[in-house]
Amino acid sequence: MTNPAQLAPAVAAAGTLPRLQDGPSGPPPRRALSGRNIMLYGTLIVVSVYYLLPLYVMIVTSLKGMPEIRLGNIFSPPVEVTFQPWVKAWAEACTGINCDGLSRGFWNSVRILIPSVILSVSVASVSGYALSKWKFKGSELFFSILLLGAFIPYQVMLYPIVIILRELGLYGSLGGLVLVHLIFGLPINTLLFRNYFAQVPEELFKAARVDGAGFWGIFIRIMLPMSLPIFVVSLIIQVTGIWNDFLFGVVYTKPDLYPMTVQLNNIVNSVQGVKEYNVNMAATLLTGLVPLVIYFASGKLFVRGIAAGAVKG
Amino acid sequence: MKDMDNASVSIRHLDLAFGSVQVLRDLNLDIGQGEFLVLLGASGCGKSTLLNCIAGLLDVTGGQIFINGQNVTWAEPSKRGIGMVFQSYALYPQMTVEGNLSFGLKNARMPRDEIARRVARAAEILQIEPLLKRKPGALSGGQRQRVAIGRALVRDVDVFLFDEPLSNLDAKLRADLRVELKQLHQQLQNTMIYVTHDQVEAMTLADRIAIMKGGLIQQLASPAEIYLRPTNKYVADFIGSPSMNFIEGEVSGGVFKSGDLSVPLEAYDFVNGAREGRAWFGIRPEHVTIGEGPVTVQANAEVVEPMGSDTVVWTHVAGSPFRIRMDGQAQVATGDSLTLGLDPARASLFDHDSEERL
Repeated sequence: MTNPAQLAPAVAAAGTLPRLQDGPSGPPPRRALSGRNIMLYGTLIVVSVYYLLPLYVMIVTSLKGMPEIRLGNIFSPPVEVTFQPWVKAWAEACTGINCDGLSRGFWNSVRILIPSVILSVSVASVSGYALSKWKFKGSELFFSILLLGAFIPYQVMLYPIVIILRELGLYGSLGGLVLVHLIFGLPINTLLFRNYFAQVPEELFKAARVDGAGFWGIFIRIMLPMSLPIFVVSLIIQVTGIWNDFLFGVVYTKPDLYPMTVQLNNIVNSVQGVKEYNVNMAATLLTGLVPLVIYFASGKLFVRGIAAGAVKG
Repeated sequence: MKDMDNASVSIRHLDLAFGSVQVLRDLNLDIGQGEFLVLLGASGCGKSTLLNCIAGLLDVTGGQIFINGQNVTWAEPSKRGIGMVFQSYALYPQMTVEGNLSFGLKNARMPRDEIARRVARAAEILQIEPLLKRKPGALSGGQRQRVAIGRALVRDVDVFLFDEPLSNLDAKLRADLRVELKQLHQQLQNTMIYVTHDQVEAMTLADRIAIMKGGLIQQLASPAEIYLRPTNKYVADFIGSPSMNFIEGEVSGGVFKSGDLSVPLEAYDFVNGAREGRAWFGIRPEHVTIGEGPVTVQANAEVVEPMGSDTVVWTHVAGSPFRIRMDGQAQVATGDSLTLGLDPARASLFDHDSEERL
C-alpha cells in the first residue's frame, strides 16, 4: 500500500497538481428532459389516464340529469350539476317491491362487515401466533392443511356449506354469512400472522417465558403491541374482501339481508322502465366508497405502523 | 447425591435430543452456591442447549435438574428461581425500561410498592436510573444489555443465566461490561452460569470453566488448572491465544523424541506414572523462553507479528509449526536465528490416539 502523504509532494513536484483541481467536482449534472425521463413519465401518464378515464366518466355521468345523458356526450362535463341521482341511488331506487334505495344494503353490509372482520382478524392472529411460537406435534401439518384451504375454488365448497349452515340452523341469517367469511378469511390471514410472528426473535419469547408470561400474556403484552403493521394489512384484506363479496352474500342470505353489492347488482340490472345511467353510476360509486376510504385511511396508518415497529428487538 | 445440600444447581444424567440428533449425553454437573461457572465451547457444542435446559426453555429427554435442592425438571421457567440474560438483549421493544424491568414482577402479581422498590434498587446497582422512562430503541447496545441484566436482577433470584451476553457488543464495551459483571458477582454473590465462546471472558470471569465438545464436558476445573494442565489435546488447543504448539513424536525411556529433538521428561508430572509410546508434546507459545533452557533448540523466525504488548514469532521446530510469544519490545526480524528454551515442567503430553493427557 502506498502512503498518500508521501505521494502528494511527488505529484506536486512533477507540476501536475493543478490538473487534479480542474476535473469534475460535486454531483454530476442531470438533464430534466432526458430520454429516460420522457419514457418514464410518458408511461405513467398513459397508464393513469387509462385507469382514471372510466372513473371520470362515472362521476360526470352521475352528476347529470337524464336529458343531458341522452345527448350522448359521455366525456363532456355536466352543464347543470344535479345531486338528484345520488339521493335516488341512496334512498329511492327500487329493487323488486322495495323502493328504499341502497341504504338498506349499506347497513346490511356494515352489519356483516364488522363482526366478520373482528372475528377473522382476531382468530387468525391468535392461530398465527400459536403456529409460529407454540409449535406442537403436527402443527406444521395442521398449517399445511389450513393453507390448502386457500387454494380450493369457492365454487366447490358452495353447496356443502349450504348444507352445513342448514344443519346448524344458520342458513339465511347474518350469523351464517359471518361464519362463512370467518372461515374463508382464515388461511391467508393465518399465513400472514404466522410469518410476521415468526420473524419476532426467539429470545424475546424466551425472555417473556422466564418473566412468567403465559400464552395469552405474551400475545397481548409483547406480540400485539409490536404487530400494528400486520394488523393493518390483514384489516385491509378483510374489509375490502368482505365488502366486495357478492357470491357468499347472494348464496347464504335472504333478499332482505342482501349486502350492498348484491343490491347494487339488482338495481343496475333491473329490466323494467328506463335505464337510469346517472343513478346506476351514483350507486356504484357509493358501493365502492368504503374500500376506497379504507385504502386512503389505513395507507397512512400502514406506513406509521411500519416505522413504529422498526425498533430492533 | 453428595453435596446436594450446598449445591446451587445440580444436573443429573441429563439427556437431550432433537429428534434423532443427540445434543447432550448423560451430563452431570454440580454448581456450588455463589459460584461463577462458565460453559465454554465452539458453536454447536451444546453449551447454550444446556443453559436452556437449566432455564426450562427446553424440555429434557432424560435426567433431572435441581435448583437449590428442588427438583425443577418439570417446572416452568418462571418458577425455577432463575433470571436470564440473552445475547440479543431481548428487551420488549414497546415497553419503557421501567416496563421491561417490572414485567416479570407484574406477572407474579407482586404489590406495586414492592415492584417500585426492586426496580429502583436494580436501577441503582446498574446505574440506569436516567434511562427508566426510555424505550429500548433509544438506548445504546451497552445500555440495553444493562437493562437486560436488570431484568434478571429485579427478580431477586438465586441463579443467573447468561447466554453470550457480551457477544453483540464492540470490543471495548465488552471489556468494560466484563469487569462490571465480575464486580456485580462479587457484590451479589449469586450463582451465575455463563455461556460463551470467548476464552478471555471465560478465563477472567469464571470460578470454574466447563469446556464442552459434542455435548460432553471435556474438562471442569478452575481457569488456572485448565490453562496449565489441560486434560486433553482439544482443551489444550482451545484455550490460549495463540494456541498451544504440538509436536508429534514418541516417548521411550523417559525421553520424548521427534526428529532430532529430544526432551528428557524427569521434570514432567505424569498423570498416572511414566508412559511409553507415540505422543503429542505440547507447549504454550508464552512458555518458550529465549536463550538456553532445560532443553535448547534452534529455529529461524519465519513470520513476525508485533502486537505492541507482545510479539508473536512463527517458526518450525522438529518439522511442526511453532509459535513463540515474546516481549513486545523484542527486536526480532524475519530470518533471524533464535535460540529457544523449552521447559518440560511447563509442557503437556498427550497420548497420540486418545489425545488424553499423559
